Amino acid sequence: MQERKPRFTSLSGFDTNRVYTHNDLKDWSPDEELGAPGQFPYTRGVYPTMYRGRLWTMRQFAGFGSAEDTNRRFKYLLQHGQNGLSVAFDMPTLMGVDADAPLAHGEIGHCGVSISSLDDMERLFDGIPFEQVTTSMTINGPAAVIFAMYLAVAEKRGIRPERLDGTLQNDILKEYIAQKEWLYPPEPSLRLIADTIAYCSEHVPKWHPISVSGYHIREAGSTAVQELAFTLYDGLTYVEAAVKAGLSVDRFAPQLSFFFNAHNDLFEEIAKFRAARRLWAREMTRRYRPVDPRSVQLRCHAQTAGCTLTAQQPMNNVVRTTIQALAAVLGGAQSLHTNSMDETLALPTEDAVKLALRTQQIIAQESEVTNSVDPLGGSYYVETLTNRLEEAALDYFHRLDDMGGMVRAIEQGFPQREILNSSQRYLRESERKERIIVGVNEYVEPVERPIPILKIGLEVEHEQVARLSDLRKCRDSFKMAGAVEALQEAASCGENVMPYLIDAVKAKATLGEICMALKEVFGTYREPVVL
Amino acid sequence: MSPVGSHPFLCDIHDMMILAEQVRTGNIRAVSRLISLLENHPGGREALRLLNSTSRETRIIGVTGYPGAGKSTVVNRLVSCYRRKGLKVGVLAVDISSSITGGALLGDRIRMQEHALDHGVYIRSMATRGHHGGLAQATGDAAFVLEAAGYEVILIETIGVGQNEGDIDDVARIVVAVVAPGLGDEVQAMKAGLLEVAHIVVVNKGDLPDADNTLRDLREWCPNVLRTVATTGEGIPELAAAITAYQQPHAVGPVGEARNC
Amino acid sequence: MTVASAPLRILIGKVGLDGHDRGVKLIARALRDAGVEVIYTGLHQTPEQVVNAAIQEDVDAIGLSILSGAHNTLFRRVLELLKEQDAEDIALFGGGIIPDEDVATLTADGVKALFKPGAPIQEIVTFVKGLKPHG
Ligand code: B12
Ligand SMILES: Nc1nc2c(ncn2[C@@H]2O[C@H](COP(=O)(O)OP(=O)(O)OP(=O)(O)O)[C@@H](O)[C@H]2O)c(=O)[nH]1
Ligand SMILES: [Mg+2]
Repeated sequence: MQERKPRFTSLSGFDTNRVYTHNDLKDWSPDEELGAPGQFPYTRGVYPTMYRGRLWTMRQFAGFGSAEDTNRRFKYLLQHGQNGLSVAFDMPTLMGVDADAPLAHGEIGHCGVSISSLDDMERLFDGIPFEQVTTSMTINGPAAVIFAMYLAVAEKRGIRPERLDGTLQNDILKEYIAQKEWLYPPEPSLRLIADTIAYCSEHVPKWHPISVSGYHIREAGSTAVQELAFTLYDGLTYVEAAVKAGLSVDRFAPQLSFFFNAHNDLFEEIAKFRAARRLWAREMTRRYRPVDPRSVQLRCHAQTAGCTLTAQQPMNNVVRTTIQALAAVLGGAQSLHTNSMDETLALPTEDAVKLALRTQQIIAQESEVTNSVDPLGGSYYVETLTNRLEEAALDYFHRLDDMGGMVRAIEQGFPQREILNSSQRYLRESERKERIIVGVNEYVEPVERPIPILKIGLEVEHEQVARLSDLRKCRDSFKMAGAVEALQEAASCGENVMPYLIDAVKAKATLGEICMALKEVFGTYREPVVL
Repeated sequence: MSPVGSHPFLCDIHDMMILAEQVRTGNIRAVSRLISLLENHPGGREALRLLNSTSRETRIIGVTGYPGAGKSTVVNRLVSCYRRKGLKVGVLAVDISSSITGGALLGDRIRMQEHALDHGVYIRSMATRGHHGGLAQATGDAAFVLEAAGYEVILIETIGVGQNEGDIDDVARIVVAVVAPGLGDEVQAMKAGLLEVAHIVVVNKGDLPDADNTLRDLREWCPNVLRTVATTGEGIPELAAAITAYQQPHAVGPVGEARNC
Repeated sequence: MTVASAPLRILIGKVGLDGHDRGVKLIARALRDAGVEVIYTGLHQTPEQVVNAAIQEDVDAIGLSILSGAHNTLFRRVLELLKEQDAEDIALFGGGIIPDEDVATLTADGVKALFKPGAPIQEIVTFVKGLKPHG
């Protein structure tokens, strides 16, 4: 029978056969390629029982306006069944700029919560029990500073650091590659990351000092293969930096975590999660020969693909998100964020985010997909895809090795250019209707029904600016300046900066002041032109 | 109404005279407008005569080299260097036009945006618009306009090429070739291209491992080889000094002197 | 006196702290492919930098991409600066995450057009090609 198209391809551009059979898995050995769940190479999952033991953590990325606004949102989400927190910071915070800096004008609270000082951080977590709720913080350039604030809040509450559990994104390489929130050049940035890793391994052992992120790479337009390859290679680069700094792999590798995208191509995405676990286990073992099995286990958070959501017919986004969330669950993710249907309009409203959370709860409680571990293991198609993704990612590994590693590759604009080209291909396909996007290039409705959106007014900015001005007046500026000076000293002589950062935030030095002081030591970064 | 206000066309000699006068007083919009006129219309060259430029002590420095070698970053650093000396600096940065569509993506400016707020710096991106030779047809004329407008140093960045950048030799009195480490066998090929037009050769990205080898290889062929790290500014004062030492300030030639005019 | 075949010159850039550059780069490429000379200023520009650059580059229009929610402040500031510098003949347009009601007020204030997510690139190209060369 005639088929609909001459060629069927996966979202990453692999040709897809009509049907897959045992012939596609000829030299494939389940013992070697799969293992049992919880066993090397962890293709089927990092735990033997997976969701039968414990469901994934439902962790919606949230933050807007002031610390109080966001605190209220956190409590709302917890009240509706969410069991982990994930902080979204606003643009000035992400860029290490204080709310009252000229550059911050017009940007306060629009993209997340505005945090400039320890006081803001305290208000953000007011009434949130650190011992019960794990918190993930999406921050990178200023990650160490924000982490210092978190530790200082815990200290004030009398919670011992050993008890703290959570995640700092702290992944600077993908900032240069995809998200563009850098503060310093790569070398000192990697050193700061090594400092946080070392500090955690000694003082905050349950904390995940880094979340190596493919999400942003994918959202910037990459394919699944590129997401997989660049992310894992970034991860290896951090491991190398920490080992060079004198840590043994088993001291810190078990605490590394990952963050992947869950995009539209259901099976390819499932295969991506599986390939990621296998490839990480293999490469870590090959390169570092760790003793602790946890050092090679890849645990990850996942988020559905914001870039697939549309401004047109926004209700459709709920359906897209459901399918993508299913990919993450069938792929074996440890925690998950589901996007809201108002993704292309603004930060989510309460109602929209609740529906997104309910989507996860329905998958978890009603679909019964959680009953059996890695339910698609052994599928001819999924195993073939898993193999292909792993091979294609390894190809990139070799190219990156040849370039002298990820930092050199970034300087040459290599991953950036690969991603930009993929994003152009994706756009071209939809513009030519080779890829149908419901409501956008097909099934278009002439009149759109608007949905309510969250608005953030200029009051947030006024309030934050006033608070900062009070803080600057009331603090002991002598003490503050001394702490910042000591920090600069530690930064320039290569001492671990974490203790000094904690002192500085406790002395009420602001985020902007600290980042500026570190820029004086570390310098700034200019990205290569990739057009 | 003034030619640089909202006046849409410059069609008569009177308008041209006003425009020329505005250029001479350093009016930025007028400078920009006149360069566009020179790019877009052959008749625009009439205005050059009106500029009545008396030979000033302008230095015109060409910066050429392979794509991505760091030309723009070097130019950016040189701008800072000359600004510290209080000199007004003009930059003409040339990128290639697509031969099919005629469009162009002009990205050199990104490296120099830190000077966008400095009134003593003028930066203009130019597309080749089918012109061969490493510059745009109007680059030489644009340099002349900048000179008339009082810019004391003019830096011209060619398209990223290794050969056929003969134009720069005609327009600039001194040519700096920027290369990055790791040339390998290309040094041989460069002798008939880049090195032929260059008065000073800069091995930029001096922080990369291979820099020493490249410096050594090049020093066998040319007397004036310097190392820079444009991203940090290392070696830039030395480069500026070498440029000064190489030539005393020189006036730009009168209209029509440059080869491609 | 501008000849008909002179390409349009358009400055494309990102202002403010916003780092979302996926869309803006695709637009820059698409305009180049449509025969436009695109001057890209890169990320993290201030309105002052953009307006000065636009004047030096003698562009016909400025196209800004803002996905960070700071559009009301930043587009208005650019309009203000263009006016201060007697450069209102340079058209301002753009796109990004901009709620409908803000699109309405910003266009009323003088922004020529604003494109939202999903706007076909061809539509944007057609709009730009329809801009009159300024001055
Ligand atoms: C991809 C994406 C990312 C990627 C960006 C990668 C990159 N390098 O670009 C990543 C994952 C890194 C990212 C991070 C963040 N993001 Co984001 N992101 C998106 C997302 C999902 C898609 C944007 C996109 O690229 N679309 C594809 C391109 C082709 O479309 P586009 O840019 O919209 O362009 C079209 C039109 O808008 C218009 N257009 C755009 N620019 C211009 C310019 C001109 C001149 C013209 C003519 C037209 C035009 O034409 C284009 C063609 O259709 C949007 C939500 C969405 N679906 O739109 C959120 C979104 C923009 N992000 C958001 C946020 C909050 C963030 C973060 C701040 C999160 C945080 N707190 O940590 C960070 C900040 C990153 C930074 N440095 O700025 C919010 C912004 C909220 C707001 N404005 O109110 C959004 C809306 C999501 C949401 N609802 O929460 N993000
Ligand atoms: N490591 C290192 N990188 C540099 C140095 N100078 C420039 N670069 C980087 O090299 C890349 C290219 O620099 P540009 O200045 O744009 O090079 P260009 O020669 O102008 O490039 P084209 O105009 O595209 O031909 C950028 O990523 C710069 O940051 C340097 O001294 N050391
Ligand atoms: Mg350049």
